[in-house]
Amino acid sequence: MSSFWNWYIIIIVLGLIFGSAILLYFTHNMGTGDIKEGESMGHSFDGIEELNNPLPKWWNLMFWISIIYGLGYLALYPGLGSYQGILGWSSTGQWQTEMDKAENTYGPIYEKMAATPIEELVNNDEALSMGQRLFSNNCAVCHGSNARGAQGYPNLTDNDWLYGSNPAQIKQSIMMGRSGMMPALGAALGEEGTKQVASYVRSLNGYSVDVEAASQGEQKFKMFCVACHGMEAKGNQLLGAPNLTDGIWLYGGSQKMVEQTINQGRSGKMPSHKDLLGEEKVHILATYIYNFAKTAE
Amino acid sequence: MNQTAHSQPEYNLGVVRQLTVMTIVWGIVGMLVGVIIAAQLAWPALNLDLPWTSFGRLRPLHTNAVIFAFGGCALMATSFYVVQRTCRVPLAFPALASFVFWGWQLVIVLAAISLPLGYTSTKEYAELEWPIDILIAVVWIVYAIVFFTTIARRTTSHIYVANWFFGAFIITVAVLHIVNSMAVPVSMTKSYSAYAGAMDAMIQWWYGHNAVGFFLTAGFLGMMYYFIPIQAGRPVYSYRLSIVHFWGLIAIYIWAGPHHLHYTALPDWTQSLGMVFSLILLAPSWGGMINGIMTLSGAWEKLRTDPILKFLIVALSFYGMSTFEGPMMAIKTVNALSHYTDWTVGHVHSGALGWVAMITIGCLYILVPRIFDKPRMYSIKLINVHFWMCSIGTILYIASMWISGVMQGLMWRAVNSDGTLTYSFIESIAASHPYYIVRLIGGGLFFLGMFLLAYNVWKTVRTPNDQFPPTESATA
Repeated sequence: MSSFWNWYIIIIVLGLIFGSAILLYFTHNMGTGDIKEGESMGHSFDGIEELNNPLPKWWNLMFWISIIYGLGYLALYPGLGSYQGILGWSSTGQWQTEMDKAENTYGPIYEKMAATPIEELVNNDEALSMGQRLFSNNCAVCHGSNARGAQGYPNLTDNDWLYGSNPAQIKQSIMMGRSGMMPALGAALGEEGTKQVASYVRSLNGYSVDVEAASQGEQKFKMFCVACHGMEAKGNQLLGAPNLTDGIWLYGGSQKMVEQTINQGRSGKMPSHKDLLGEEKVHILATYIYNFAKTAE
Repeated sequence: MNQTAHSQPEYNLGVVRQLTVMTIVWGIVGMLVGVIIAAQLAWPALNLDLPWTSFGRLRPLHTNAVIFAFGGCALMATSFYVVQRTCRVPLAFPALASFVFWGWQLVIVLAAISLPLGYTSTKEYAELEWPIDILIAVVWIVYAIVFFTTIARRTTSHIYVANWFFGAFIITVAVLHIVNSMAVPVSMTKSYSAYAGAMDAMIQWWYGHNAVGFFLTAGFLGMMYYFIPIQAGRPVYSYRLSIVHFWGLIAIYIWAGPHHLHYTALPDWTQSLGMVFSLILLAPSWGGMINGIMTLSGAWEKLRTDPILKFLIVALSFYGMSTFEGPMMAIKTVNALSHYTDWTVGHVHSGALGWVAMITIGCLYILVPRIFDKPRMYSIKLINVHFWMCSIGTILYIASMWISGVMQGLMWRAVNSDGTLTYSFIESIAASHPYYIVRLIGGGLFFLGMFLLAYNVWKTVRTPNDQFPPTESATA
């Protein structure tokens, strides 16, 4: 803050507070000439007169107390321009103090758990309930409070894993995030081709489809899709390419939705939590998710 | 009650009548939208999955309709009436006064169309896009010209205190609106704020808080200063108190805005000033309440028989309560609990329903017979029923929001022994559900009361003067 603005603020603020005090003092002691207290001021507006009553004592006192409190507060805390206040308080300082206190209180609990491998920690009920609480506050917004996902957000309780279900893979997904990228193939396949490929993909999951279209689609699938989804369409966890044969659909399995996925592509985004939560909390969260994977097997 | 007609100027009551009728119409519309969105909060399926009826679009429609359509028409009607009577001159420039009425109605209609369609500047209480903002500025400046020219032409020696408040309201709202609405247009329906980041937020809440301070407080205090002495038949309690609380209020209110941005990216010094000035604001705010209530001293027995006075006094009580609650919520440690919860919503409505709407309704019951040349309101009994609907509705609303808000604040800050949050956000929403239903009932009761007002006004206007039914409270 430049010294101009510093003084600008100080002068206006103190001017206002002292101005209010002076106004209060003079109005309280204002001489009203010949007009006695409780009598009319002598003007009448549409029949309304005004009396010359004094300011109520308690109200006057309340006004003075608030003025003195205000000045005291501005002496102790930042407020008058760049003046920092006697207490040296700042909001970032308060934040740091509270974070340090939390670190001292809760840090050791997480430290101990973070030292235990996930395969072992998964048997620790306390770790699982901590994981559940972390999940409710950080993950449930997308994956649902029961972790069963929603359209575009994977179900974490089934046996279908885009990026793998071992502890290291789960922890990696949470720590660094994931970017799922299905390219838009509508232009390359054309409208008819999109329909055929969608029919083929759905036939792999036991839906009854137009057989002729599906066999056309199979040819096109082998040209455009196998690089990521594999010859048998069972996906590839290194790329996050979904298995297309297990009847589980991230974006919906109707003919229309599969066509839409092929036509427009999809862009899935799991955000990185390394900086949001820190590795120790992610370790406990990964344990909580790994427990789902273990149970689903 | 009627003044002797011998030297009375020819007052312009036509525009006052128009504004009075539209106050009632927009009150019903604005409160209906409020009831709808209250129901949507309890049962989100009522959003109907349509963009035009979704909460995000109807909420600004509700706030704009009740503040600027209902409150705005009420302030224009009463200020145009009061300024003529207390200055003893007809309203200046009748054609411009008429322009103010029609221009303001056009603004309201444009808001009612553009907000559900999704056009918004995203600034709270200032959502309207730039072409409408310009129209508002033009109408408002014309309003100021009519009002202040009337004052300049007065035949009384002094300017009555009600006009100080109306004047401060008109000038400050013009400044607030013009500064906050500064934007760079990119098309006829889209613009970007001229300010950025924390500065944009600060200007927004300088505007937002003073929309409360000057539109919803100073303006309605102007209303109060005329209609309470008139209805009570008593002189204003203290001239000196009105001086100090007027100047205190307008000097200090304008600084309190940063308390809406506690614990944000706003610099610490600004937050401190917002809190300090909010606390100093308590006494000037209460000055108006004391002057209004003490004006009644010596006439307390009238409260038993006159439901209109009950409206006015209960409105002042809610005013006193919310202007105490406001400074308390501005204290940073209290704000840490109350901010972002339903407590804020309850606080706003104790001011909006209890103070603004109830003082307006009380004043309308006094104003309508006077401007339509009737002996009194058609049914005093219905006014009494309306009074109880408003009071109970307001209490249900604010009590449910207090409980819900404090509960949310406590749930959000509760932590387990491992430092994790005890409750997820959705659990606090689920816990609020019953209070949302109580709020809906309270708001619904208040809304239904507006039909009693409309019916009573209709009967008052349509009944010939010699056919009014006899009533024991006919002195009102």
